[in-house]
Amino acid sequence: MNAQTNTKESTSVVLVGVGGQGILLASAIIAQAALTTGYDVKTYEVHGMAQRGGSVLAQVRYGEKVYSPLIPKHEASVLASLERTEALRYVDYLAPHGLAVVSDQVIVPVTVSSGAATYPEMDETALKTYFPRLVYVSAVERALELGNARAANVILLGALSTKLDNLADDAWQKAIQTCVKPKFVDLNLQAFYLGRELAKNA
Amino acid sequence: MEKKLLSGNEAIARGAYEANASVATGYPGTPSTEILENISKFYGDKIYCEWAPNEKVAFETAAGATTTGARAITTMKLVGLNVAADPLMTLAYTGVAGGFIAVVADDPGMNSSQNEQDTRLFAHFAKVPVLEPADSQEAKEFVKIGFEISEQFGTPVILRTTTTTSHSRSVVELGAPIELNRPHSFKKDPQRFVPIPAFARGMRVRLEERVEKLAKAASISSLNRIEWNTNGDKRVGIVTSGAAYQYVKEVFPEANILKLGWCYPFPDELFLEFADQVERVFVIEELEDFMERRFKELGVATVGKRLGNEKLVPKYGPLDVDVLRDVKRKLAENEATKAYFVAPNVTKSDAKLPEIPTLPNRPPVLCPGCPHRGFFYALSKFDVVVSGDIGCYTLGVAPPLNCMDTVLCMGGGFTVAHGMDCAKNDRPVVGIVGDSTFFHSGMTGLMDVVYNKGKSTLVVLDNRITAMTGHQENPGTGKTILGEETFAASVSEIAKAMGCKNVVEINPRYLDETTKALKTAIESDEPWLIVAKEPCPLAYRKKLEKNYRVNQEKCKKCGGCLKIGCPAIERAADKTVSVNESLCVDCGLCAQVCKFNALEEVDLAAAKGGLV
Repeated sequence: MNAQTNTKESTSVVLVGVGGQGILLASAIIAQAALTTGYDVKTYEVHGMAQRGGSVLAQVRYGEKVYSPLIPKHEASVLASLERTEALRYVDYLAPHGLAVVSDQVIVPVTVSSGAATYPEMDETALKTYFPRLVYVSAVERALELGNARAANVILLGALSTKLDNLADDAWQKAIQTCVKPKFVDLNLQAFYLGRELAKNA
Repeated sequence: MEKKLLSGNEAIARGAYEANASVATGYPGTPSTEILENISKFYGDKIYCEWAPNEKVAFETAAGATTTGARAITTMKLVGLNVAADPLMTLAYTGVAGGFIAVVADDPGMNSSQNEQDTRLFAHFAKVPVLEPADSQEAKEFVKIGFEISEQFGTPVILRTTTTTSHSRSVVELGAPIELNRPHSFKKDPQRFVPIPAFARGMRVRLEERVEKLAKAASISSLNRIEWNTNGDKRVGIVTSGAAYQYVKEVFPEANILKLGWCYPFPDELFLEFADQVERVFVIEELEDFMERRFKELGVATVGKRLGNEKLVPKYGPLDVDVLRDVKRKLAENEATKAYFVAPNVTKSDAKLPEIPTLPNRPPVLCPGCPHRGFFYALSKFDVVVSGDIGCYTLGVAPPLNCMDTVLCMGGGFTVAHGMDCAKNDRPVVGIVGDSTFFHSGMTGLMDVVYNKGKSTLVVLDNRITAMTGHQENPGTGKTILGEETFAASVSEIAKAMGCKNVVEINPRYLDETTKALKTAIESDEPWLIVAKEPCPLAYRKKLEKNYRVNQEKCKKCGGCLKIGCPAIERAADKTVSVNESLCVDCGLCAQVCKFNALEEVDLAAAKGGLV
């Protein structure tokens, strides 16, 4: 039994958003790509009550050996958010020099509509003060250009994949083919490479 | 063999298949639900599966199956075991002929539960073995080994998971199913299966003997192991189990670890063997100080929930790496333990981040189009006390509906209301259950109210599905877990058969009829049962042809439509209200509350055509 495993060698990814946005598919694809590459993989996701419009979180860790499926604070290489300000709720997870990938989509919670809370003013410049390494994407708009708003999650996935250089292009392709229904594979591959392109330009 | 990434729950389902279980039963409850869903989905042709109306029924059905010599598994969440406690306590006495596993999923942190009870204490109370997997591979293997323990000792076995082990995914090596080829034949043996006092006294004695044998077996079981560190330093020994083991491995890589997968009946010999070989014993367990107390009973000084007079490992809430780093930091700073530990080093960014703005809370809410919303909006206009129970409709407690005053347990909505009426509460009382909780244990409450001449207003929010746990069939939906057609029990007919004279079915999407029914019932001196019947729009999706838009010329920005708390209605900073078209499912509730007819139904095809 190797008790001296250095956990810093494992790669951690946090995905956040609002229930129903497709976080689970994105985390499943990362996990599958890591598994195909031969890594030990653990993931954790929220089920049940919190799914009903609540703030949701999915976590993926991979490496030679992974113990905790829950990512410790300040250890995520990437924090991806499908909603504009949700990333701020989980800023503590991001490691120094970590990459944040944020969709500009705003989902106004009922607490704001009812007047009990306010939605903070936030744009790319403001987000950059919290996330020095930021890829800010109009993911829903770009997904609609591809023909399906639901591909926004995979555009973000493409963007965040640029930070995960221990997973090869081939592994991502295979993972997308494994996790997505056959008729949506082409759409999702397009979305994935669009995301990669957007991150390069950022 | 093939390797797959499985959640703990998927792995348990796989384990049931590989162990050649014959019968699987359960009642949905987060975080346990996906176990039975996966058994039915992948192995439903090989393993008999059913959703039972409640955990007691599920438990008893599995117990019955195992008296024939079959292997049976039943699944539930932590509080489900309270409902199934009656058969558990006596099944421990009679013992089992085949293999029996009750999977009970605990919820440290109460992610989706009303309490945080630790099932290991229940196992201790019932005197049955409890197994605790630490990842998905163990979850699968422990099902197979659990059946072997169950059969070898003739005891029911509890497999305890937690939210983390149930819902995290890790790599699992799949195995082939074993062959059993045994006859399923009940053998008459009243001294064994009929606990009349004369026979039960013998069972009681045998139970204690069995616990002793199990404790010895646990001490040498492969489920429990000592992981010595590589440098031979024997000063620190950490005792841990379940998900906590993973965090210990990460935070205390230098420690010697006693990892328990089978912690009760307490493996005293193994506990003492470990304690003898290390200088100091530290116990790190999630929730109660279950193992730590045993060490103390055995005369071993431990550090765990307390370090001297200070609290150390939390007794409530989930553990994780961050929590254990705090624990290690305290150990490294305390006079009594600082020689043993070095504080963990966390790399944080040096950059000073600007202060993060206050983020709006995102509590779970009733979905757009949820039929409960209309009912609660109508109910909010009455001066009544509302007692409810567990389901999506519990979310009616939140603003702006503010409708739920008490919640106790599954099926408790009717009876708590009846109790308030019996005590002559100064305001009328409305008791609420859902369709699934009505069949679970709410219907006996209705019988009580009618039989004892109560006067409560009782409501079944019948959305035709067990919704909160992710849409499971129930006795009212007309389908089995395998999707086969079956008889759909009618709440109204059951109520009538129980003698409830005043039964009315309404559609809660329509405020007028809902309000009228509530008024009649609340003003009546007799019990009324209102069945608010409308399918959950998530479970029964329909193709949307229309939805609603705000006509800005008519809208007075009064905010009246916001009082229904629909996530599809949004208000900008200048108070302009709009409907989020991607969320609206055309339920029409907003249009009923708008006094200015500003919410207009729009034909989607036409609206799209207009844009092109």
